[in-house]
Amino acid sequence: MADPFQRLGRFTLGALQKLGRALFFMAHVWLGTVDLVLRPRLVISQMFFLGVMSVLIVAVSGLFVGMVLGLQGYNVLSDFGAEQTLGVMVAASLVRELGPVVTALLFSGRAGSALTAEIGLMKTTEQLAGMEMMAVDPLRRVVAPRFFAGVASMPLLAALFSMVGVMGGYFVGVGLLGVDEGAFWSQMTAKIDFYDDVVNGVIKSAVFGVIVTWIAVYEGYDAVPTAEGVSRATTRSVVYSAFAVLGSDFVLTALMFGDH
Amino acid sequence: MHQSKLMETGVGLFVALGLMSLFFLAMQVSNLADVTGDAKGYRITARFQNVGSLKVRATVSMAGVRVGRVSSIRFDKESYEAVVDLMIDPQFDTIPSDTTATILTQGLLGEQYVGLSPGAESDYLKEGDKIDLTQSAMVLEQVISRFLFSKAEGGGAQPGGVAEPAKPEPVAPEPAPAVPASEPAADPADAGVTGTAPEPSPAGAVR
Amino acid sequence: MTANLPDDDVLVSIRDLVFYHGERKIFDGVDLDFRKGRVTAIMGPSGTGKTTLLKLIGGQLRPHRGTIVVDSRDVHRLGTTELYELRKRMGMLFQSGALLTDLSVFENVAFPLREHTRLPEPVIRSLVLMKLHAVGLRGARDLKPSQLSGGMARRVALARAIALDPMMILYDEPFTGQDPISMGVLVKLIRDLNRELGLTSIVVSHDVKETLTIADYAYLISGGQVVGEGTPSAIAASDSPWIRQFVHGDADGPVPFHYPAPDYRADLLGAATGRGH
Repeated sequence: MADPFQRLGRFTLGALQKLGRALFFMAHVWLGTVDLVLRPRLVISQMFFLGVMSVLIVAVSGLFVGMVLGLQGYNVLSDFGAEQTLGVMVAASLVRELGPVVTALLFSGRAGSALTAEIGLMKTTEQLAGMEMMAVDPLRRVVAPRFFAGVASMPLLAALFSMVGVMGGYFVGVGLLGVDEGAFWSQMTAKIDFYDDVVNGVIKSAVFGVIVTWIAVYEGYDAVPTAEGVSRATTRSVVYSAFAVLGSDFVLTALMFGDH
Repeated sequence: MHQSKLMETGVGLFVALGLMSLFFLAMQVSNLADVTGDAKGYRITARFQNVGSLKVRATVSMAGVRVGRVSSIRFDKESYEAVVDLMIDPQFDTIPSDTTATILTQGLLGEQYVGLSPGAESDYLKEGDKIDLTQSAMVLEQVISRFLFSKAEGGGAQPGGVAEPAKPEPVAPEPAPAVPASEPAADPADAGVTGTAPEPSPAGAVR
Repeated sequence: MTANLPDDDVLVSIRDLVFYHGERKIFDGVDLDFRKGRVTAIMGPSGTGKTTLLKLIGGQLRPHRGTIVVDSRDVHRLGTTELYELRKRMGMLFQSGALLTDLSVFENVAFPLREHTRLPEPVIRSLVLMKLHAVGLRGARDLKPSQLSGGMARRVALARAIALDPMMILYDEPFTGQDPISMGVLVKLIRDLNRELGLTSIVVSHDVKETLTIADYAYLISGGQVVGEGTPSAIAASDSPWIRQFVHGDADGPVPFHYPAPDYRADLLGAATGRGH
C-alpha cells in the first residue's frame, strides 16, 4: 500500500542525486576550459565529428521542413486572403522555434547518441581508467573538448537549418504556388526583427546545445560499463535530451516572446 | 597528419557555413538592414495628440512609398503631446515644409505607420525641421461615439470630420480618416470599419 | 607475518588494509610489502579482489581502513596534483591493455610523453621507437589497436607503461587468455624489463606456473586475508593445505568442490518420490 509512494520517493531521491552528480561533473568539465584554450586542436577535431558530420542531416531536414511550411502555410493563409504574408510565417516559425528545436533533436539523435556510446565504450574498455592511471584527467582530456565542440556547433547548425528552411519555403511559395516574390521577402524583412527573433533564436540554440551535449557526455560517463549498460545509456541520452529541449523551449519562449 | 589538415579545413568550412547562415538570417530575413542602414538620413519631428499603437521603427511613407522610419517616440511633459522623430532617407529631400503627417493603419488589422501628404510650399524639410500639420491616430471608440452622436443630432456631420479640434485640419482628402457620416452605414460597426480603411495600404511596397 | 625488511628496501607498504565492495568484505586487515627492484606476485582464486588491490595502490579507490605507502608517501592523503605526480611514476598494465582505440600504436605510446612533457617531436619519436623496440613491436607502429591481437595489444600497453620511465609497474592479470607463445613473450618481457630498468613489479595473476617462474616473492590471498607468502621455492615446498591446493590445482581441498548443499541421498530420493525440490 505504501509501496508506490516509497518507490516514488526513492525514484525522486535517485533523480536528485543524479542531478547533483551531473552538476559536479559539469563543474569539473568547466575547469578544463583553460587547458582547451591552449590546445584548440582537441576541440576542432571534435567539432568535425559532431558538427560537420551533422551538416547533411540538418540541411536536408531544414529544406523539407521549410518546404512543408510553405505548403501548409499557403493553405491556411489563403483562407484569409493573406498569402502574401507567407514569407513572414515561414521565417518566423523557423527562426524562432523550428530551427533551434528541431536541430537540437536531430543533433541529439545523431551526435548526442554517438557521444554517449563513445564515452560509455571508453569506460567499458578501461580507457578512462587507463588515462587516470597515466595521470591524465579524462574529464579534461576527453569530455571537455567534446562538450565545448557540441555547444559551439549547435547555433551554427540551427542557423543553417533556418536558412535552408527559408529557401525551401521560398521555392515552394514563390516558385510553385505563385506568391509574389517581392511580397515574400519584403513582408519578411519588415516583420522579422533581428534582436527579437534572430538573436533569441541563437540564444535558444546555444542553450539547447549545452543541454543536449551535457546530457550526452554525462550519460556516457555514468553508464554501467557493460554492453547492455552502454546501450541503455545511449537511449536515455536521446530521450532525456528530447524532454529537456522541449521543456526548456517552453520556458524560453515564454520568457522571450511572452509580453511582446 | 594529412588527415588533420582535411579535418581542419572541414571545420573551417562548417563554421563559415554557419556564420553565413546567420548573416543571411540577419540581412535577408530580418530587418537588420533597415535598422543599421540609416545612419544616413535626416531627422524631422512631428507632434501628435495620440500616437495610437505606433512603434519605433515603424514605416514613414509618402504616396504609398516608404521614405523613412520612426526613430523615436517621446512624451512632452509640458504640452502633454507625443513627440515623434522621423528619420527620412536622404534621397527624399523634396518634402514641402507644409506637409501633413498622419498616423494610419495598414490594412484592417495591421500595424500603424506614418503617412506624409505633401503640401504646396516650395520650402523643403531639412534636418531638425518640424512638421506642423499632423493628424493623430484614430481611436475606434471615439469614431464610433462621434458617429452615434452625430447621428443622434440628425445626420449631417461635416465631411473631413473633426479628429482633433485643437489641431489645424488638413484639406487633403487622402489621409482624412473620419468620413463616417457621409457613408450610408447600416450600423456603427460598419462606420468604424470604413473609417479605418481610407486608402489602399502600402503593405506590399513597404520595403 | 611479513619479514622485517629495512625501510628503504621497501617501495610499497600496505598495512591493515580493510576494503568493502558493497556488503562484501574484500580485504580484512591485510599487510603486504613490495621490495624495490623485485617482482612480487599476488595470487589467489578469481574474485578475491586482486584487481581491486592494484586500484587501491594507484589511488583510484579508497580503503575503508589501513594505509598504503608508496615511496614514503601515503597515497590516500595526497592532494590531486600530488597524486597525479605519483601516478606519473607508476606504470599500469590493464588486463585488456586499455589502449586508446582512436589512436595508432605509435600515438598510444607517445600519449603520456605528449601529455606530460614538452619534448620536441623528434625526441618523442626516438623515445617511442625505443620503447616499441623493447617490446618487439617497432614495426607495428602504424597499426590501430583493433588490428592487434590480444598479446600484441598488451605489449603495446607495456611499451606505453614504460614511456615515462616509471619506478614501478603494476600488472593486472597479464597472462590470462594467452597462447603459450604470447605467454612466453610476456614472461620474458616482464623479467627483462624489471632487471634492465631496475623496476619494481607487482604482478597480479592466477596463472601459477608462469607467475612463479618470474616472481621473487609471492603472496597468496584468499577470503580477504593472506593465506601464504614466500619465495617460489618456499611456496612449492609448503605444506599448508591452502597453498598446496592452489599451487597444484587440486579440485578439492580447503576451497571445496561442492557448493554448500543438502545431503545428496536425501535430495535424490526426495525427487524420486515426487515431492518437488
